[in-house]
Amino acid sequence: MSKVTNTNVEGNVVVIATEGYLNKDLGEEIQKIAQEHIDGGNKIFLINLKSSNIVNSIGASILIELIEQLQDIDGHLVFCDLAPIIEKTFKIMGLTKYCTVYPSQEEAITALA
Amino acid sequence: MSKTPTVELKLPVLKNMELVATQTSEVVSKHIGLSDDKSAEISMALIEACINAFEHSETKLEIYIHFMISDDELTIKVIDKGKGFDASKIKIPEIDNKINTSERKRGWGIMLIKELMDSVDFESNDKGTTLTMVKKKEKNE
Repeated sequence: MSKVTNTNVEGNVVVIATEGYLNKDLGEEIQKIAQEHIDGGNKIFLINLKSSNIVNSIGASILIELIEQLQDIDGHLVFCDLAPIIEKTFKIMGLTKYCTVYPSQEEAITALA
Repeated sequence: MSKTPTVELKLPVLKNMELVATQTSEVVSKHIGLSDDKSAEISMALIEACINAFEHSETKLEIYIHFMISDDELTIKVIDKGKGFDASKIKIPEIDNKINTSERKRGWGIMLIKELMDSVDFESNDKGTTLTMVKKKEKNE
């Protein structure tokens, strides 16, 4: 139903792409993959939610934990390709105070380079 | 007096069953003529309402969802037979208080529902909770 579909490193940015419902399970999968890369020395993460058009607050709360973890290592979490309702939800929750949102992966990578 | 057309769902307390409710809300929203943005907001609010009913009510029974259709608004009731709660004791979450503190990261559901819907009301006691939320149709929709 929902999963991480692709993880790759572009320059110094770890790009994690997802598919489906961003719920607790998918949030934990993102966090697990991010942790592996944090352990490998990466600090900048881009989550591409192009193929995830629905979220719940539990999944989003796990991303708050990731934001917090990245702050501790002077890292950064950004998003791209958000469905309008996901962007609105992140705004209501305040995630966008801590994470930049880009319209596309290409624009995010260019800005982060 | 005509009866309000109502779609009724009964959901078991199982993983991801809230998505069944969102599929129904999408069809009902389209029937009323609500915009795609409003339909998505209703789905998001409904997800949070279902999760609250599943988790916080601690009910092992089903939850019930009524979609009450009128020309100019959609009223949704999410009903559980759980332990109830005191709405006055709910803290409004603030992300600045959650980042780099020991405060739990969760607890966003009611705030999201209130932000996404036009009106929200709770009736709760030790026999259960009924959450009623309304989305109004704009005149130009």
